[in-house]
Amino acid sequence: MAEIRVEQLRKEFGSFTAVQNSNFVVEDGEFFVMLGPSGCGKTTTLRMIAGLELPTSGRILLGGEDVSQKRARERDIAFVFQLFALYPHMNVRKNIGFPLLAQGMQKAEIRKQVEEVARLLRIDHLLDKPVSGLAGGDRQRVALGRAIVRRPKCFLMDEPLGTLDAEFRDLMVHELRELHNRIHATTVYVTHDQHEAMAMADKIAVMNHGVIEQFGTPQEIYDRPATMFVADFIGSPPMNFLKFGATLARGDRKVGVRGAEIVIPELREDAGEAEYALGIRPEHIRFDDASRLRGAVYGAEYLGTTQIVAVETADGMLKARVPADQTVKVGEQVGLALNGARLSVFEKASGRALRTALHDEALRSHAHG
Amino acid sequence: MSASAHSVIEPSATSKRVAGAIVILYAVITMIPLFWIIATSFKTPPDSIAYPPKVVFTPSIEGYCNLFTTRTRQTAEYIQSLPPATNFCDETTRKRNMVIAGQSNFLPRFVNSLIIAFGSTFCAVFLGTLTAYGFSRFKVPLADDLLFFILSTRMMPPIAVAIPIYLMYRELGLSDTALGMILLYTAVNVSLAVWLLKGFIDEIPREYEEAAMIDGYSRLQSFWKVVLPQATTGIAATAIFCLIFAWNEYAFAALLTSGTAQTAPPFIPTIIGEGGQDWPAVAAGTTIFLVPILVFTILLRKQLLRGITFGAVRK
Repeated sequence: MAEIRVEQLRKEFGSFTAVQNSNFVVEDGEFFVMLGPSGCGKTTTLRMIAGLELPTSGRILLGGEDVSQKRARERDIAFVFQLFALYPHMNVRKNIGFPLLAQGMQKAEIRKQVEEVARLLRIDHLLDKPVSGLAGGDRQRVALGRAIVRRPKCFLMDEPLGTLDAEFRDLMVHELRELHNRIHATTVYVTHDQHEAMAMADKIAVMNHGVIEQFGTPQEIYDRPATMFVADFIGSPPMNFLKFGATLARGDRKVGVRGAEIVIPELREDAGEAEYALGIRPEHIRFDDASRLRGAVYGAEYLGTTQIVAVETADGMLKARVPADQTVKVGEQVGLALNGARLSVFEKASGRALRTALHDEALRSHAHG
Repeated sequence: MSASAHSVIEPSATSKRVAGAIVILYAVITMIPLFWIIATSFKTPPDSIAYPPKVVFTPSIEGYCNLFTTRTRQTAEYIQSLPPATNFCDETTRKRNMVIAGQSNFLPRFVNSLIIAFGSTFCAVFLGTLTAYGFSRFKVPLADDLLFFILSTRMMPPIAVAIPIYLMYRELGLSDTALGMILLYTAVNVSLAVWLLKGFIDEIPREYEEAAMIDGYSRLQSFWKVVLPQATTGIAATAIFCLIFAWNEYAFAALLTSGTAQTAPPFIPTIIGEGGQDWPAVAAGTTIFLVPILVFTILLRKQLLRGITFGAVRK
């Protein structure tokens, strides 16, 4: 297993820039997820790490060795494809053993190792079946088996759960993470599904238009989104934004939104006069009749333990996550109180989050770590 | 669903029967010439030219005897002096006051056909597969123009270039050689092979080769171990189309081959018997000529069917 270091990685297809100067480090044994909408450059980045595409510029280091211009077969990595790419003319055993055959391993040894991996993945009863008859989950396991069997430096996975149905996906998310906990393989996993990312990742990079918008743990990304894009992309429903114009300076602890004073985490930088957006997670809104931020209930979505209530305010629709037993009536006027300690402030033009007291915690935890 | 309800997808029993009857009728009509050839090959020369044509006749293999042999007319006394006939062919020949003088050219011509048709099919499919793979997987500069150019070689009948080819072949010493015919049929077939195979190879997801390359194989190894096994259907279908063309080709064969490299199609109609065309021998040659293509097609019929409908069905 090895660390993956990506430095100033860039990929252009003609005049289109798919990946713009990415930098990140995946530590040895880490489960790293690249998350973003389709066309954001995450798969291109993964294919460059694999050697299926060559970078326009920049470097990729696998375990300290520069592999940027090496062929895929010289990199000692394993790749799990979205459609699994199981060789249709071979049975399960031959599929899993195929990478070992390339290494010139003895037949008996291949047999032993394939069976070992099959047991690990609980597919040993399928070894002599053709791959065409397998169910989605078993195909997935065979694809994983083919990746694991050669003990590569790292695993690269390109939306491997994308084609499974929802119910099965949850099971495989659990299985994949459990497998990772057992074998501690450095893994780069690409997905557009934030639930998969949140459930499995040690670290997440959120990408958009070829740029890494934020790199961090799932908690950091959820609690302290670095940009409005991340705030909007992560969370369901996504973060609410309240727009306001103001002059903000270091030490400010309140902002005025349409006459309502809203407490925010203390600002740690001077931002000057501009248009801003206040970012509020739905769970940080509660109903409070005393609040001056008011609106009419537009609708409610019942989720069992909680419900998502949409409230139409003068500044747009806000979605609040409140306990399911709270009664709400459509059309009713309600006051909304915000949890001042957990809000984010974004500069609207650039989308960048301002440094606030929220980030102090992050600094402290980094110092400890 | 009740029994009386009719399905919108499944045709009714009556329409199935009508369709079946039409198919059988059509098959019978198209096969009449084939039956007639096979029947004629088993007739005696007088039966074959009898008028009105004989549908019921006593079968004889005289046609086949005449196909493989050359005969000379002898006097009755000379024939009497010979030792008794040892086989059917000798016997029938002597009844017509002739003796077998030697082997005819049919067998070598038939072998020429086999060498040239299978040889050119192999070359066309081999080149076609590599070319199609290249066009399918790599960014070839001017790929569309090149593909159009390849296709355009089929836009006029090949025989239109017969005279230049005849002159070129005479200069190059390729006239009446098996190599020359293989090159010619390969050149005609390779465009068909490229286009057909490109369709098949395009259908094979790239992920298979990428997976193989990541698994430690070179591109050539991945092509050999992963792409080719999945392209067998397409390769088989393409091979049949190429073989049928090369096997049946008459015009170029008649123009460019006359002796050692002559193929069966220009040879068969030249079989002359005593007093004109020896129809049973011609029919026998044609019947034998049908066999290889029939066997090849039956062996690969599933692939051929898929080849005809390719692109229309997902695996």
